[in-house]
Amino acid sequence: MTDTHADYQLSQLDQLEAESIHIFREVAAEFEKPVLMFSGGKDSIVMLRLAEKAFYPAKIPFPVLQVDTGYDFPEVLACRDSWVNRLGVRLVVASVEEAIANGVVVDDGKTSRNRMQIGTLLNALEEEGFTAAFGGGRRDEEKARAKERVYSHRDEFGQWDPKMQRPELWSLYNGRIHQGEHMRIFPLSNWTELDIWHYIGQEGIEIPSIYFSHQRRVFERDGMLLSESDFNPTKGNETVTERTVRFRTVGDLTLTGCVESEADTIDKIIDEVAIARVTERGATRGDDRFSEAAMEDRKKEGYF
Amino acid sequence: MSTTPDSESNAGLTTTQVAEQTRSMDLLRFATAGSVDDGKSTLIGRLLLDSKSIFEDQMEAVEATSVSKGYDYTDLALLTDGLRSEREQGITIDVAYRYFATPTRKFIIADTPGHVQYTRNMVTGASTADLGLVLVDARQGLTEQSRRHAVILSLLRVPHLVLAVNKMDLVDFSEEVYEKIHHEFTQFATKLNIPDLEVIPISALQGDNVVNRSENMPWYSGPTLMHHLEHIHVASDRDLVDVRFPVQYVVRPKSDEHHDYRGYGGMVAGGVLKPGDEVVVLPSGMTSKIAGIDLFDKEITEAFPPMSVTVRLEDDVDVSRGDMIARVNNAPKPSQDIDAMICWMTNEPLRPRQKLAIKHTTRSARALVKDIQYRLDVNTLHRDQDTKELGLNEIGRVQLRTTVPLLCDPYSKNRTTGSFILIDEATGVTVGAGMINSGA
Repeated sequence: MTDTHADYQLSQLDQLEAESIHIFREVAAEFEKPVLMFSGGKDSIVMLRLAEKAFYPAKIPFPVLQVDTGYDFPEVLACRDSWVNRLGVRLVVASVEEAIANGVVVDDGKTSRNRMQIGTLLNALEEEGFTAAFGGGRRDEEKARAKERVYSHRDEFGQWDPKMQRPELWSLYNGRIHQGEHMRIFPLSNWTELDIWHYIGQEGIEIPSIYFSHQRRVFERDGMLLSESDFNPTKGNETVTERTVRFRTVGDLTLTGCVESEADTIDKIIDEVAIARVTERGATRGDDRFSEAAMEDRKKEGYF
Repeated sequence: MSTTPDSESNAGLTTTQVAEQTRSMDLLRFATAGSVDDGKSTLIGRLLLDSKSIFEDQMEAVEATSVSKGYDYTDLALLTDGLRSEREQGITIDVAYRYFATPTRKFIIADTPGHVQYTRNMVTGASTADLGLVLVDARQGLTEQSRRHAVILSLLRVPHLVLAVNKMDLVDFSEEVYEKIHHEFTQFATKLNIPDLEVIPISALQGDNVVNRSENMPWYSGPTLMHHLEHIHVASDRDLVDVRFPVQYVVRPKSDEHHDYRGYGGMVAGGVLKPGDEVVVLPSGMTSKIAGIDLFDKEITEAFPPMSVTVRLEDDVDVSRGDMIARVNNAPKPSQDIDAMICWMTNEPLRPRQKLAIKHTTRSARALVKDIQYRLDVNTLHRDQDTKELGLNEIGRVQLRTTVPLLCDPYSKNRTTGSFILIDEATGVTVGAGMINSGA
């Protein structure tokens, strides 16, 4: 807490924290089987931290679900394990590889792993019977997200219907669902990218090392810097060079680009973010660049 | 055009200073109402652009779309039109939330459509707002729509209101036009509950008096819109006297380390709680003392709205979700008869004898509609006593009977303990929003 008690004023970061904790407790109280969708990225780590605070000194009363694309950064998996072990929460891994093997999703060689996550995720939610799934989406990320509710209703097919959203008033959340439906919960709805970084700095919590500046062998594709990897063979005239880079988002490593950066501390990252002129998704996420409405389409299908 | 910066813009600060300020700044939530014609989307685009909240790729996309549509200007409204169907129809049909920050404050905008068929969206946006921003077109003056927006903001008890007289460039920046609208609106506002009003002449398209002070209106000596948004005092709008703590979640670790721990998690809805305070738990009426207040792994000395904390009591009383902790001599009276203003939000009308689910603070129950007393015409404030039902987007005074007592206050005293939602038990959809009247 900051020293604002004299005039009973909370800083905006403390207000965001209070609001998110309220959402976590509300869901834990009203839903039979919640789960936290964990990507290993900074937003889902902040979610875990807020969940930890909401129930302390009790353990987080729901498991953590991760969709393993098979193309995840090892640094991210290491960070995930460290968090899960420290908090003592159950980890459920839904593997895209297994989903392909079981025929849950089809790998036609053209569809990205990110897109195949949708089927894998929906299948995992259904199999385990989760009724509420926390996601780290923020409304500042993308235009289609600006209208998403904190409680976002999904039908039996996991689909989002932007025209049928429930009105959301005050801090009164409506968690009613029918059999087979579930609710996506976005406790970070009102956070911005800068808020997330400030919070990570304030809390001094662990995030994957790839967010910080490091040396990496990379090559350029479609104007993005991609990491050299066995999963991601270079094509034609793509040449690999070693550069000083960091990642602004973490995802499927074949699609997640990095940026050249010297920022090796949280404070330097905050400086960088404060003057960034390109939104984080536009800069480094191949899966969002295909069309202006790309996110809206994936969300309707049941993306995070 | 506007040139003199009137806001504490980011210019001249190092990024580290900006970052430092971000940590300590406070939050203002405001709701905007208006239609495409009033230039509302353009104004929001302007606020985002002039506060440097627009990123290069977003701006490039908007410029490209403007060119492809054959506009000879960059359509800032495109920055905020979110869903594809809306972009195609050119209208905003839902509540969209936008974020921007200046060195002193972070802002959350609830951007709502203005037409009468979207009253429910406006009610939704206003429900969490500290400030309401109503736009009028200077050429048209006050319209039925702008009056309706003011009425809704007043009903939802949004404490601060700004009337932005837009498109001043199209009336030659005339002081006379501004004064006429100012006067007319001030007259109208006397019938409403608007504790704080500011009327600002602007041009969203050209930027006059939005962030930068206009050189075209030397006769105007008030604040620019951004300066006003940055400096309005909002913390004092909260009730710091009447302790209200709806119990949300019982924290019981049952671990060896915290074997006897039993805490009540919740968000403070009113008043200041301190360890040692004598409290009463409702509805049981059992009394105890606050043994401690925890915020994660720290014990804190006081809790106030809107903090989320965990309260421990000295005695082992039976407390569960839906109960409320208040002060012994200052507690809400449990009541099963609720008198409220209700905004109806679904096609099938609200009728007497109807049964609905109700959610009030952390308490859920069922409610029976006993009577619809009148329908309020939000354009004229006329009370239609002959109405026997409330249709979509209509607001009226309704009497409910609930299955269990609600621990409520008048909405005018506390926006958290005075509000509720109604849910259709068959579809699970939120169909109504209620504000409890005093003297129920």
